[in-house]
Amino acid sequence: MTTRIVVDPVTRIEGHLRIEAIVDGTKISDAVSSGTTFRGIEKIVENRDPRDVWAFVQRICGVCTHIHAIASVRAVEDALDYPIPKNANYIRNIMTLTQFTQDHVIHFYHLHGFDWIDVLSALKADPKATSSLAMSISSWPNSSEGYFRDVQNKVKNIVQSGQLGIFANAYWGHPAYRLPPEANLMGVAHYLEALSWQKEIAKVHTVFGGKNPHPNYLVGGHASSINLDDVHVLNMERLNLVKTKIDEAQTFVNQVLIPDILAIASFYKKDLWGGGIGNFLAYGGVPLVDIHEPDSYLFPRGIVLNRDLSKVYDLDLKDPSHIQEFVSHSWYQYEDKDAGLHPWQGRTDPAYDGPKPPYHNLDESKKYSWIKTPRWQGHAMEVGPLARFVVAYAKGNKEIKEMVDSSLQKLDLPLNALFSTLGRTLARALEAKFCVDQLAGFYADLIANIKAGDTQTFNPEKWEPSRWPAEAQGVGWAEAPRGALAHWIKIRGGKVEGYQAVVPTTWNASPRDATGQKGPYEASLLDTPVAATDQPLELLRTIHSFDPCIACAAHLITPQGKLLC
Amino acid sequence: MKKGSYYDWARQKGISRRDFLRFCAMTAAMLGLDATAVPRIVEALENKSRPPVIYLNLQECTCCGESFIRSAHPLFSDLIFNMISLDYMETLQAAAGTQAESVRLKTMQEHYGEYILVVEGSATLAEGGIYCTIGGMTANELLKECADGAAAVIAYGSCATNACVQGAHPNPTQAVPIRRIVKNKPVIDVPGCPPIAEVITGTIVHYLTFGKIPELTSLGRPKAFYSKRVHDGCTRRAFFDAGQFVERFDDEGARKGWCLYKVGCKGPVAYNACAVTEWNDGVSFPVKSGHPCMACSENNWYDSSTPFYAHLAEIPNEAIGGNPDHIGLAALGVAGLGVVAHGGITAAAGGRGKKNHPAGSTDAKQRRQVTKKTNDKED
Ligand code: SF4
Ligand code: SF4
Repeated sequence: MTTRIVVDPVTRIEGHLRIEAIVDGTKISDAVSSGTTFRGIEKIVENRDPRDVWAFVQRICGVCTHIHAIASVRAVEDALDYPIPKNANYIRNIMTLTQFTQDHVIHFYHLHGFDWIDVLSALKADPKATSSLAMSISSWPNSSEGYFRDVQNKVKNIVQSGQLGIFANAYWGHPAYRLPPEANLMGVAHYLEALSWQKEIAKVHTVFGGKNPHPNYLVGGHASSINLDDVHVLNMERLNLVKTKIDEAQTFVNQVLIPDILAIASFYKKDLWGGGIGNFLAYGGVPLVDIHEPDSYLFPRGIVLNRDLSKVYDLDLKDPSHIQEFVSHSWYQYEDKDAGLHPWQGRTDPAYDGPKPPYHNLDESKKYSWIKTPRWQGHAMEVGPLARFVVAYAKGNKEIKEMVDSSLQKLDLPLNALFSTLGRTLARALEAKFCVDQLAGFYADLIANIKAGDTQTFNPEKWEPSRWPAEAQGVGWAEAPRGALAHWIKIRGGKVEGYQAVVPTTWNASPRDATGQKGPYEASLLDTPVAATDQPLELLRTIHSFDPCIACAAHLITPQGKLLC
Repeated sequence: MKKGSYYDWARQKGISRRDFLRFCAMTAAMLGLDATAVPRIVEALENKSRPPVIYLNLQECTCCGESFIRSAHPLFSDLIFNMISLDYMETLQAAAGTQAESVRLKTMQEHYGEYILVVEGSATLAEGGIYCTIGGMTANELLKECADGAAAVIAYGSCATNACVQGAHPNPTQAVPIRRIVKNKPVIDVPGCPPIAEVITGTIVHYLTFGKIPELTSLGRPKAFYSKRVHDGCTRRAFFDAGQFVERFDDEGARKGWCLYKVGCKGPVAYNACAVTEWNDGVSFPVKSGHPCMACSENNWYDSSTPFYAHLAEIPNEAIGGNPDHIGLAALGVAGLGVVAHGGITAAAGGRGKKNHPAGSTDAKQRRQVTKKTNDKED
């Protein structure tokens, strides 16, 4: 018997996502993913000063608040052939890796955690046993019996008050939860600790960018100047604050996140569904010196198809045949309705023809999402931590290979276990560790460079538009916590002529294309078990493993887009 | 002492009476209240059950929610588990889909007229509201439904107060501030992109301790945080008064922390707490970290503050007169003229000090300044 279930809103994500799934017996046999919000930011930046644009497009997403701004300043710098000082690159890298670490920890505990951790079961735990469990897997100091008893009492009070707040009405007690009460209690404790910790690591952004979310950036370098002999600017006290936060983050990730993920995964080892499309794409990023030197990237660039790790394909962001966007099932209109357009040629004319709200169902044979359908040479691609790790692994990156192999070994799982919901979550946690370790390295690079006498943070050479060519176009790319992200810009007469972004969730949440090929969310839901159709916990778990960001994905309006009002 | 009250929780946590009272005093100080207010805070925290809060996300980027969870005083976890009951917030709640919707409806039924509604993001009017739907409903309908039973409505962030980036020209989705949709309730505007975390938690705690909304400016924003300009408390202000300006990024002046006015600082027209409260538990604020203030708390800031790196044509409140390009000659090394410029500025600044505008009229004046280049869509 088949049933159509609807999850809207999908909560614990950024933005507004709707999933409809056909459940055939106890498994999902078809799925529909729809982004239900649209803002039109690319249209808004047209005719503006390209140096201002980062501040507009940064607001595409306030979760990975740093990465759109970086892609934007890079797009302008690429168009103008505008090099930035070494220190600016180091500062950008430190901010990027800070963003990754913070975002991955928040995602695991606050957005994904309740898919694995049953809060109410924690009430049944023996705090003493939780304490032994915690001490057996980590040297993290908050692990006494009394500590866990306090946490348990806290949850008890919330439950007894009858006001469950954010815990209300969830799928507690669902058969897909597999942790013993003791591990659940540990998870709840770390949920709370991570909540306090995330505001600390954000301070790295505040030092360099003045605030978080939405710190400040600058085309041509970085705005906060370095002067070790002045109290007003970046001096040793400020740099020490950064170092302290990096150290704390390293401790938290190593002693809390990593032991937790391995402990939790060990109970979910058999749940290896949700692998999805099997094609992986990474633009690459975090350059040692310059973004135009892909060989120096911390995250390598490349494409892996059909889970085949023996071959990595090259990717060219400027080649019109590589990346194209389609709108066959998106609420936009093209002249040739089934053609794909490279972002420099792209267009986005919204044309809603879905059901009139309030509505109950979408029709997947028609258009059904505000998210477009990007494809690489016609292939649907998954992006994100798993994609980065797969590409790096296939390219033989030593550190990443070692991390993956040793953690799989600890779990006694084969390499292809990575291609699953659990694998995606594991890769994200491992990546947090990878980032926090590299963060310390980039901090050391910055200090060494200052020590060598270089304190420059901004290159004034091409700041004035009078020094720009009459026409230019560029692309700026980065790896965002959720995957490959790039912005394409066209500049004419000192103003933005066209702007387009193709972002991680556009790749992952895309609706089907003209050939009927599903996007990664839709594909990964196939064969997902559903123990209870009115409580689709397993569905949420798979969708959350991608860390959806819908404001990010559905923002598009392009160079030649028509005025809408 | 009521079961489930904040004080009940504090005692169980092992917090002493003395520390609890100290916390109340700190809360009062943070809200800009004097010592006589402390007993009332104590009483409220001892006796009230946690007021329910419904937090809606409409057309936005979630930066406000991200800022909210970074609150340091009170700690976000203390706020949501001990001071309020955060019943609906898509970004954090465990329930999804119909289960999430039914929590919202239950809170609305059981606490009709009592819950606080916090809204992040703008409403969108184009094409019948189809540019933002949640649970198959348009954001506008959802907003109206939730506002009907709310005791107070807080518009959190620039999207909710002025439509922020999606409301900038040409505003393709006809994004509007929520007060355009919510007509039957007072709306407290807490602008900023995002606002400082402690400003929203401060506003909520004010409401739950005193049982009424804080005093507002003429633009409907809490006076405690939005009645002074960033410029008034800026760490670079002495350099402004001395006529010492950064002429381009990373120049000698920039490396000495001089005033950013000439590279585009909008601090003189930005009514916000950044320079005093600072961000992320007092670490810094944009100007302190070398970037001009963009006045993200002001209406239609994406149209009125751009180009971001061009300086204001004039400084409101007569802090300086004449052509700003003539200020800061000292920085160019023309010593004699520098002294004159400096003297002129100092005199003008002294005059400004004596004027003593009430907050409301300053706000109105500033509003004219900021919006004169564009049509204020909010009007
Ligand atoms: S007010 Fe501005 S900042 Fe807040 S969600 Fe909106 S875009 Fe983001
Ligand atoms: S103009 Fe800006 S940098 Fe200068 S004193 Fe005012 S707020 Fe500070």
